[in-house]
Amino acid sequence: MTMSSIPSPRQSPRQSPPHYLRHHRLRLALHRLKDGGGHPLLLLHGLGERSPATLPAEYASWPGPIHALDFTGHGESDLPRGGGYSCEFLMADADIALAHLGPCTVAGRGIGGYVALLLAGARPGEVRGAIVRDGPGLSGGGGAARSPYIPVPDLNQLAPPDPFAIAELANDVRPPSYASSFAMLASQHSDLDTPISVCCCERPPWLAAVMELLSLEPVALDQALQQYAAAAGAGIRPERESA
Amino acid sequence: METSEASIDEAVWTFPGARAPDRRRWVDASGLRLAVYEWGEPDATPLLLVHGALDFARTFDGFAPLLADAGYRVVSYDHRGHGDSDHADLYNWVADVRDMLAVADSITREPCLAVGHSKGGSLLVQAIQALPHRFIRFASIDGLPFRSPHADSAVRERKSSLTGPVIARWLDARRRSGELERRPGTLEELAQRRARMNPRLSHEWLCYIASHGARRDEQGWRWKLDPAIGVGGFGPMRVRWMTDRLPGFPIPMLAIFGSEKEPMGWDATADDLMPFFPATTEVHRMQDVGHFIHIERPQETARRILQFFGA
Repeated sequence: MTMSSIPSPRQSPRQSPPHYLRHHRLRLALHRLKDGGGHPLLLLHGLGERSPATLPAEYASWPGPIHALDFTGHGESDLPRGGGYSCEFLMADADIALAHLGPCTVAGRGIGGYVALLLAGARPGEVRGAIVRDGPGLSGGGGAARSPYIPVPDLNQLAPPDPFAIAELANDVRPPSYASSFAMLASQHSDLDTPISVCCCERPPWLAAVMELLSLEPVALDQALQQYAAAAGAGIRPERESA
Repeated sequence: METSEASIDEAVWTFPGARAPDRRRWVDASGLRLAVYEWGEPDATPLLLVHGALDFARTFDGFAPLLADAGYRVVSYDHRGHGDSDHADLYNWVADVRDMLAVADSITREPCLAVGHSKGGSLLVQAIQALPHRFIRFASIDGLPFRSPHADSAVRERKSSLTGPVIARWLDARRRSGELERRPGTLEELAQRRARMNPRLSHEWLCYIASHGARRDEQGWRWKLDPAIGVGGFGPMRVRWMTDRLPGFPIPMLAIFGSEKEPMGWDATADDLMPFFPATTEVHRMQDVGHFIHIERPQETARRILQFFGA
C-alpha cells in the first residue's frame, strides 16, 4: 500500500465542495476526485476516516470518474444525534451514492470494504465489483456472541468522526455466515466472474469465510481495478460504437 | 361532519381503569430528548417499566397505576422514535439499551426493579447481563425471544429475512425514507389499523391509546411513531446468543407467558425456554391470553409481579 491511500486527519482544503445527497434526515457528502465519462469508481473510507482530499495515486489508472463518500458521522457528512450505527446503515449510505451514480465499482478501506461486500450482495446488478482493502474497522467486533457490552462514548472528543460511530462500529459482530450470505448473493446474481476482490492482508473470520466460500485468492489492487474496468468497458462498448 | 368526528375523538379519550401519569419529564439521552412518565409517589421504591416495539409508555395507562397504587414509583418512557420522544437519525439495539440506561440513571444509581414487555423485556435482559449491579429483580411480560423475533429493526435477523429481495426492499425504503410519513385518519381509523397488530385488544382501548400515541394536524390524526421505523430489517444479531446466556442470568427473574400466538409476539413459549432458566427464575403461565398480557389481564399480571417483587 502506498502512503497516499492513508488520509491525513488534517487535510488540505478541497478544491471543490462536495455534492450532497440525502439519506433520510441526514446529508451525505460525495466528493468527486476525478472527472471524466465512463464507468465510475466509488471509494469508501475506513472507520473514523474521511474521504481523501485528492485522488490516491493507486487509483490514477482508473479510466472513469472517481467519487468518494463520507459515511454518516464522518468527514463532511452530517453528525446524527445519539448514535445507533450499524454496518447495514452504512450500506444504505453507500446505496444512496449508488442510486445517484448508477452502476459502479466500489472499493472500500477497512469497514468500507465490509460495506462494499454487503452492498455487492444487496445490489448485485449495480455493484460492478467490490474491492476489500486493509484499513480501520475491517474486523469489527469478532464473529460470534460476546459478553453483553453497552458502549458509552466520550462525547468530549472532537467530531467528526462521531464518537458513537467509533464506539459502536468497532464492536459490531460480524458472523462469518452472515458475511457469506452476502458473498453468495453477489456470486449468484452478479454477471461478473469475480464480484468480490480481496486486496488486503488482514483476515478477520468473516473475510476468511467469504474467501473460502467463493474460492478467492488475494489479488493486487491494480489487477482488481483492471479487471473491473475491462468488464465495464466491455459492457459499454456497444453504446460507444453506436454513438 | 368534522364536528361529529371531533366529538367521537373526544369521547374515546377515557378508558375504564386507565389513568394518566402523575408526572411527566424529559431525559436527555446523548442529545435525544426522551419523554418520561411517572405514576406513584416520588419517594416510593422506583420501578423501571419498559414498553415493546412500536408501543409507547401511555400504553401502560391501565397497568402502571396498579403497581403505583401498591406503593411503587413507576417510571416509564417512550423509546427513541416512539411516542413523544425525539425521532432519531439512526436506530439500533445498543442505542435503545443506552437510552434505557439514561432513563434508569435519571431515577437512581442504586440497583432497581424492572419490568419489560416484549422488546422492552429483551432490552432489559441485555442491560442486566451487561450491568447486573444496576438491577435487583426483573419481570418479563412475554419479553424473551426464542426462535424468530419479528423484524422491526435492522439489527435482527430471521433466517428467512436474508434474501436478495428483502435486502433490496429495505434499501429501497431507505432511499425513499425522507418522503415517508404516517397516513392520516380519524382516531377510529387509526385504531382499526392498529388492530391488525393488536387483534385481541378492544376497539375502545385502541382508540384510547391512539388518542395518546397519535397527534392531530389539518389532515387528521397520525401515529407519532417515526415513519422510518417498521419497514423491516435484518442484521447479524442472533437470538440464540441471548438464550444461551439465560442459564447464567444474574438476578431473580419472573417470566410471564401467555398462551395465544399473535402478530407482535416473540413466538417463545415457556416450554421452549424452560431448559435455559436458572433456578432463580419463576415462570408464570396465563391461559387464553395473547402477547399483550398486561393489557388483557392487568390485575392478574400486576398481582403476580407485586408478589414477586415483595418476596
